[in-house]
Formats: sequence, C-alpha cells, structure tokens
Amino acid sequence: MNDTICAISTSQGVGAIAIIRVSGQESINIVNSIFKGKDLTKVKSHSINYGYIVDKDKEIDEVLVSVMKSPKTFTTEDTVEINTHGGIAPTNKVLELLLTNGCRLAEPGEFTKRAFLNGRIDLLEAEAVMDKINAQTEKQNQLANNQLNGKVSKLIDELRNDMIQIISNINVNIDFPEYDDVDIITNEILVPKINNLKEKIKKIIEESKNGEIIKNGIVTAIIGEPNVGKSSLLNTLLNEEKAIVTDIAGTTRDIVEGQISINGIPLNIIDTAGIRKTDNIIESIGVEKSKDMIKKADLVLLVLNNNEALTEEIKKLYSSIKEKNFIIIVNKIDLENKIDLNYFPSDKIIKMSIKNKQGVDKLKDKIIELFNLSKIETEDPTYLSNTRSIAILKNCLKSIEDIEKSIKNNIPIDMLEIDIKNIWEELGKINGKYYDEELLDEMFSRFCLGK
Amino acid sequence: MNYEIIVVGGGHAGCEAAYASAKKGHSTLLITSNLKNIADMPCNPHIGGSAKGIVVREIDALGGVMGKVADKTHLQIKMLNSAKGPAVQALRAQGDKIAYPKEMLKTLNSLDTLTIKEGMVEDLIINNNKVEGIVLENGEKIISQKVILTTGTYLKADILVGNTRTRKGPHGEKPSNYLSDNLKKYGFRIIRLKTGTPQRIDRKSIDFSKTKIEPGDDKLLTFNFDFPATYKIEDQEPCYLTYTNEETHKIIRENLNKSSMYGGLDDIEGIGPRYCPSIEDKVVRFSDKKRHQLFLEPESRYYDDIYVQGFSTSMPPEIQEKMVHSLPGLEHAKILKYGYAIEYDAIYPTQLNASLETKIISGLYTAGQINGTSGYEEAACQGLMAGINASLSIEGKEPLVLKRNEAYIGVLIDDLITKGIRDPYRLLSSRAEFRLILRSDNADLRLRKYGYEIGLIDKKQLERLIEKEQKINELKEFMNNNKIKIKDDTKEIFKKNNIDIPNMTLSLKQLIKRPQINMKLLEQFIEIPFDEEIKEQVEINYKYEGYIKKSIVEAEKLLKLEKKQIPDDIDYDKIKNIASEARQKLKEVKPKTIAQAIRISGVNPSDISVLSVYLKKEYNNHE
Repeated sequence: MNDTICAISTSQGVGAIAIIRVSGQESINIVNSIFKGKDLTKVKSHSINYGYIVDKDKEIDEVLVSVMKSPKTFTTEDTVEINTHGGIAPTNKVLELLLTNGCRLAEPGEFTKRAFLNGRIDLLEAEAVMDKINAQTEKQNQLANNQLNGKVSKLIDELRNDMIQIISNINVNIDFPEYDDVDIITNEILVPKINNLKEKIKKIIEESKNGEIIKNGIVTAIIGEPNVGKSSLLNTLLNEEKAIVTDIAGTTRDIVEGQISINGIPLNIIDTAGIRKTDNIIESIGVEKSKDMIKKADLVLLVLNNNEALTEEIKKLYSSIKEKNFIIIVNKIDLENKIDLNYFPSDKIIKMSIKNKQGVDKLKDKIIELFNLSKIETEDPTYLSNTRSIAILKNCLKSIEDIEKSIKNNIPIDMLEIDIKNIWEELGKINGKYYDEELLDEMFSRFCLGK
Repeated sequence: MNYEIIVVGGGHAGCEAAYASAKKGHSTLLITSNLKNIADMPCNPHIGGSAKGIVVREIDALGGVMGKVADKTHLQIKMLNSAKGPAVQALRAQGDKIAYPKEMLKTLNSLDTLTIKEGMVEDLIINNNKVEGIVLENGEKIISQKVILTTGTYLKADILVGNTRTRKGPHGEKPSNYLSDNLKKYGFRIIRLKTGTPQRIDRKSIDFSKTKIEPGDDKLLTFNFDFPATYKIEDQEPCYLTYTNEETHKIIRENLNKSSMYGGLDDIEGIGPRYCPSIEDKVVRFSDKKRHQLFLEPESRYYDDIYVQGFSTSMPPEIQEKMVHSLPGLEHAKILKYGYAIEYDAIYPTQLNASLETKIISGLYTAGQINGTSGYEEAACQGLMAGINASLSIEGKEPLVLKRNEAYIGVLIDDLITKGIRDPYRLLSSRAEFRLILRSDNADLRLRKYGYEIGLIDKKQLERLIEKEQKINELKEFMNNNKIKIKDDTKEIFKKNNIDIPNMTLSLKQLIKRPQINMKLLEQFIEIPFDEEIKEQVEINYKYEGYIKKSIVEAEKLLKLEKKQIPDDIDYDKIKNIASEARQKLKEVKPKTIAQAIRISGVNPSDISVLSVYLKKEYNNHE
C-alpha cells in the first residue's frame, strides 16, 4: 500500500469542474512537480492553492489544489485534490501527467479500501461510501449519509447489546453454577426476549426493503400489445420530468431506458426491447420475452387500449403479472369504451389519455400508494440498504425460528445459547464490531464471581 | 548425569510432563525447589469444575494421571450442571491436599525412568538457539536434550499482604530469582501476573450450624475411564456455604487503602484474573450487592484447615481478623493462614508453538502458569502435552496438536498461542465453540486412540474403547430395529409422564428424540440390554442429533481452513494491502494455517482475503 494512486473523482463528462484525487506517501511531491504556483511541499495542511498544472513549461489548465496531510484525510494518507476546468481533454491530460510522474491509476473503490484498511472507517461505513458515490438522487444520498454516520451501526449495536445480556447470563449459569445470586435464565425468561429480538430484526428487514428501493430505485416494465401507447407513456413520463434520456447501466445489467424521480425515488424504466423506437417490434417479441422482463421488474405497467376488446394475449399477459406490483393503464379513454374492465381489480386501474396528458398525476399517485413512497418521504431513513447486511439479517431470522422450535422441544438452554451466540456473532459481522473478548468482558463486568 | 528430558518444577504441569515422558521410556529428571511440594495445591482445593472437569477427563483419556490420582484421594465429588445439557456437565472434586500429593508422588516413584531431585534452576544451557540442559544455583550443570519449564508462580514471586511486599513463593518458599531474567536475556517477552488466595481457618473454631451444608453427589462418579470408584458415598466430606454481610463490607470499605491492591502498595504491575476478584474488588465494583457467597471447604482429612472460597484478599492481618469474625459461623474463627496476593513472572504465550515448544529456543517447552494460565487442570494438561511432544520430538515424530474440535486442551493451547492473554487464562465453556462435541462423557471416544498411538494408553485400554464403540453401534441398531406400538395401555404410561403421543408405531430411536422421553422410560416397555455408559452415549447422540450435526458441519468448515497452510518463510512485509495492525499481529503469532490467522484478534476478514490471494499467487502448491 506504499504506492501513490490517483483517479478522476467526479463523473466523466461535461461539468463545470472536475476533481482528480491523489493519495499516498508521494502525492504532494508528485503534484508539486507538475504545479506552477506556491511550493506545495511547504504549504499548510488543508489549504487550497491557486496555480497551473504544467507539462514542462506548457500550461495545461488553471487549477485549485487542495493539500491535505496525513492523518486527517479520507484515506488517512497524504492526499491532494486538483480542481480542473471540466472538459474531458484537459482533465485527462492532467491525469496522464500524474501517471507519468509516479502515480498509479486507482482501481475502482480503492480510496475507500485504503480508508478501510487504514482503520479510518469500518466495514459498514466503507459500504456506505461506495453507496454514496453511486447515489443519484438526494434521498439516496441521505440514506448513504445515515449509514455513514453509524445510525445503522447503532441499531445493530442495540440488538447485539440486548443479546449479550442473555448470552453472558447463560454462560455465567454454566461456568459458575454454584453462585446463587445470579439469575438463572429459563425458557420463561428466554421466550419473550427471543420474541422481542425477532420482532426487531423483522422490522429492520421490513424497512430495509424501502432502503433497497431508495438505493436501487423501482425497476419498472411497460408492457402491452402493439400500438396501445407504451412509447407515448414513456416519453410523457420522461418529458414531464425533463430527465436526460440516456442509456445507463442498471444494477441488473439491463439497459435502463430512462429514469424519472417520484417523491425522490428513482423509477428505472427498463428497456422493453426498444419500445421507444417502434411499437412494431413488440410483435416479434411475444409473451415469452415479456415474461423475462416482468421477472426483473418491481413494478409492471400493463397498457391497454380502451377502444379494443380483451384478447387472449392480454389475458395471458395479465395472468403473468398478478403476483407482481402492477397497474393497469387504460389508454385512449377519449375513444369509445370496448374493453371489459371488470376483468381487472378496480383499484389497480388508471384511466388515461396519454395523448392529451390526462391521468399522469393519477398514475404517479398510484405508484406512491403502491410503494408507500409518501411514508418513505416523511420518515427519517435509517434503513439497512446493502444486500450483504440484509442477507445476514434474514439468516438470523431463520435461526431465531429454529430456536423457537428448539424451545418447544425442550432443548437445554445451554444448547440454545450456541444458536443465540451465533446470531450475535453474525449481527456483529454487519458492522464488523465483533471481537473475541467482548463476551468475557461482559460476563466479568456484570456478574460478581470469584474465589 | 545426562537425561533425555528435564522437567523444571513439580507442580501439576511438572508432574504430568515428567510422568508422560518417563512413562514413554525416556530418562527424565524432575527437578523441584522443594520435594515436599510435589503436586501441591497452594490455592483452592478443587479439581475439576465447569470446563476444567472435562479437561481432567481428557487428560485421563490421553493417558495422564491427574484424574486417577484425584479419584483415589478426593473428599467429595459432584457433577456440575446435571440439570443442564450434556455438553456443559462437568465433574468437580474436592481434593485432599495431603493425600493427593502423596498419591501423585507414589505414582511418579513407580516409574524407573524418572529421577526426582531437589534444586533451584538458575539458567539454561543454550547453544545455537537450542537448549542443552540446565544450570543450578550451586553452579551444577545437568545436560539433556529437552527442557520443560513448569515453574508455576515461582518466577520472581512476591507475596503481597497489606503494605508489605516480600520476595517469596507460596508457603513462604524460596522463589526463583534469576531464571526469568535469563529468559529475558534469550529474547523472551516476560509479563507480570498476579493472583490471590483467601484465609485458612481452623475447622474446630467454626460454628457450622450457622451455615448451609453442601454435600457431594449421592451417585458414584469418577474422572478416570479405567477404574470404578473406590470411595463410599457416605464417607464424603461436605462443604459449607455462608455469606458476607453489611458489617463485612463496612470493614472492607473503611480499610480499603490498607489493601495491597487499593493503595497499600503502589508498585503492583501484575494483572490479576478477571474471574477471580478479591473480596475488596467485589465490594467496590458491586457495591449494590448486600452479600457475597462464601464456601467453606475442607482441605484435607488429615488436618483442620478450612479454605474460605470467595474471600481472597490482600488486607493486612489485623483487618483480615475483623473481616473473618464478621461472618456468620466464623465469629470465633481462628485464622491459621492469612490471605495474600502473589505476583510472578510469565512468558507471553504467543511465543510458543502449538507443541508448547518455544519459537525462540528449540528443545525448550513451557507449561502451566509460566504460560499465563491459572488453575491446576489448565497446568496439568499443558504439562501432559509438553511431556508428550518433547518425547515425540526425541523419537523423531510429529508433535501431537489437538484441534479446537477435538479437545478443550486444543482450545486452551490454541487460545494461548494465537490470541495471547490479557489476564491469567482460565478455561470456560464459552471459549469452546464446539463444546457440544467436547463433552465430559465422550472424552475417551475423542482422545483414547491418540493416547494409544503415543504410547500412554496400553492395548487393554484400547480394546475396552473399541468394545465400547462397538456396543454403541449395536445399541443404535437396536434402537432402529425395535419399535413400540402405541396403543391405549402404552399411552397411559406416557400420559403419566405428561407425554402425549397419538396411536402409532414408533422405533425406539424416533421415541427417544422426543422431549421428555429417556432410556429409563423406554425400559418400561422393552428391556435394553446395554451398560449405562452405552445408553448415555446413544441417548445424547439421538436426542441432540440436530445440534451435534450442526457442530460437526461447523467443525468441518474449520478443518478445511486448517488445511490451508501458511509457509514458515512467509514475509508479511511483502504483502501489500494488509492493515498495519494485522501485519504486526501476523508477524508476532506466525500462524501455521489460515484458520489460525482468522482467530488472531486485530486480523480482519479483508486481511485474510488479501493473505489468501497472496498465498495462492506466491505458493501455488499450498492451496
């Protein structure tokens, strides 16, 4: 970890400025060697310095350079940040100069990794930083901030603290059975505690679903027969939001056709094989392909034509989305009604005339209702939002259910303790707080034992 | 005179080490500063206890002596945690401080290959980082191939009472003043530890009617696997329970500054055991407690000393008098010996290999309190392993290293050499992640075969074990094949025991898995022609099958990691991206396997993955 790394830390593309971050023992020397202005090796730590990045004598860009000395930096190493004038060409030129003067190009996430390895942040925080970097909406940013500030850590700590009280008590019962002033943990004491733990973990998991939505957005598929108005719907939604329509890589490696934000929550509309280009292609795709998309979606918008009767094809499509979150959009309500709407649950139907921009707000309201987005909006987000942590919690929940079974089967408490301790250790893995002596500390500080 | 192995110190570690080495046929010298103190119990009179009792069983399974000597001499014995699960049950005996050492000496004297000699060891003979013998205080040199240090608390021992510090070992014995300095000179990191002991009271001066009697179990029990119990249940000596009171606590609080630990002495560096606080500590730290339990325990059938378990102190004698006289039943007690604290030198145990040979000096082994542990059983099992491994090394064989899923002994040694210590180390059940497999009842099934391989268990003992294993399998088959048809009459018997089963036919195996059904109940329906110990094994195995299987799966995961070896010549400085704390710890402990590396505190999962990648890249063949 002795080498000095650098990378463009702002997103590539057009912007007013770009920042290049350099971290490592040699960072100040290296930047100084391509900087015209004050001698950066002599400036105060955490100072901003005006000057030019130069290639030999040629000025490349007018810049501001922040010099931050170890250890009070993100990576705890000497760090320099160069603010260049945006633009791909000059920024890349500066980067190139750094690389030819002794820096190595950082791997993705390497600054965070260094911060973690140098003990600056814990595992959960490291994950939060990665999320923060990827945060696209304000709410995502807030969620990442929460995790970073240790709010989630605190939540997990509270759970573990409840548990270690039980665990250390049982261990004292086992290892010091002759002591009569220590409570004996029995099933009667254990059952409500286990139940309480279960409820708390369930709640975190429940709320984490929201966390996942904030972080990953709602993956949305628009399906329907040709010429019902799928592409118009997409364009209407996108135009409404004035969102930039670009192809960006989504989490599932599907192409996201476009992204809009509802109540601060991203709605990622996944490509339904080029619905924006032409409606005709859909004919060749058929139900099979639609099923594939439906599987990936959190929300399915089934668009129907008010002016046409129900077909077998539509019935098939409908039966394949019943298990999902879905909304039936009945388009073209300005035309004569020929469709039998009794076939669908009335609370899932939104009547629209996309052409006339009619019903767009109703659709948004429905989405907010379906995903409880208004609740997410008002509540302080302290959700656990990364998959690893949620998986651990789900495993813990399963173990708790096993414990409940064992209690019913009269399994001795010292065996249950093994399961409880495992859960406690697993939870510790979420924020990396488990250490070996923790249990012993607790046993001997809470109970009076000895010869 | 030359020996193959010299054992320095005649405590519990030294006795096991000398016995194992001499029993294996190696000429052995046991050298002790005082012949009278062979197998001495200077502190509490217990042998066994939670987790520790299982260690005594393990020592016996491997062919050590502690269990047999304790069985022949104890005052009482009980099974702790008998109401809890089988994994945490453990034997505890009240040892006899006269009879136990006498019996141990007799056992040791029966070995022709063992010489016992009195003398104070001052230095080692070291050549090229290899031990070649010892140097006594009088300058005498004794040559050997291996040396096992089991010096207990005698290295630079200081007795602390009130505001006095005296360079003395337990019983006022002469301590070893130079050996630890010489060890430091050879490069060992020496630490200072501390422990304490309570008063001894004259039995005749105690009014036991004011206390609660604590008898032994009314069932014959033994630590050893070879001989039946020889004592009579009714001959067991009881212990007694009394309590401190507000008066006791007031005396302690008012005189706190006179205790060595609370200002009486200002030069205490030793770290005391967390699980064994002095009564001063208890009163200060748990000030809300109105009373603390005290056990009055006889030390021997041959003299009148009663040990006051729970009353360890370093107050000056005049305050101890007041404290003792405030206790119910002890108003007129005559104190025979005052309590004291003792400070001593120890070796920081990460300097040892799993064989208990030191990393710096080859041929030098250490065991017991010198390694930072506390307790007779912890000492004895290390002594046994050091004795076994020193012998195996002479024989040109690989050391016997017990794994964490094989024995509490394995847990203890791995903890010591991997995690180091913070205070004198005591075994606890919570330290054993596989305690469901490491039970008191199956120590022989786990370890006897090792005992036979190394030559401490004879053919007959092995045959008995094999027969036991066969019987267990036969009974398992029996339980599978025999079924009970549950009808109205059988249902009645179950109902009487609060068990509700529908009418159906179930095998004995299926039945025993149900809560509340045990072998005894099943025998009301069908004769089960097997010994108690066989029935016990099968009942445990079937009843807790799910839990035991889970443990075995976890243990197998560990074994996989144990197979990922880390070469001795690894240079941790060459590995990029390991956190600096982890790097330093890895350099200190020098783990042999990835599994061991994971257990080092301060080494994080990310460091382990970096290390694994490095190993794969640099040492392809080690995967």
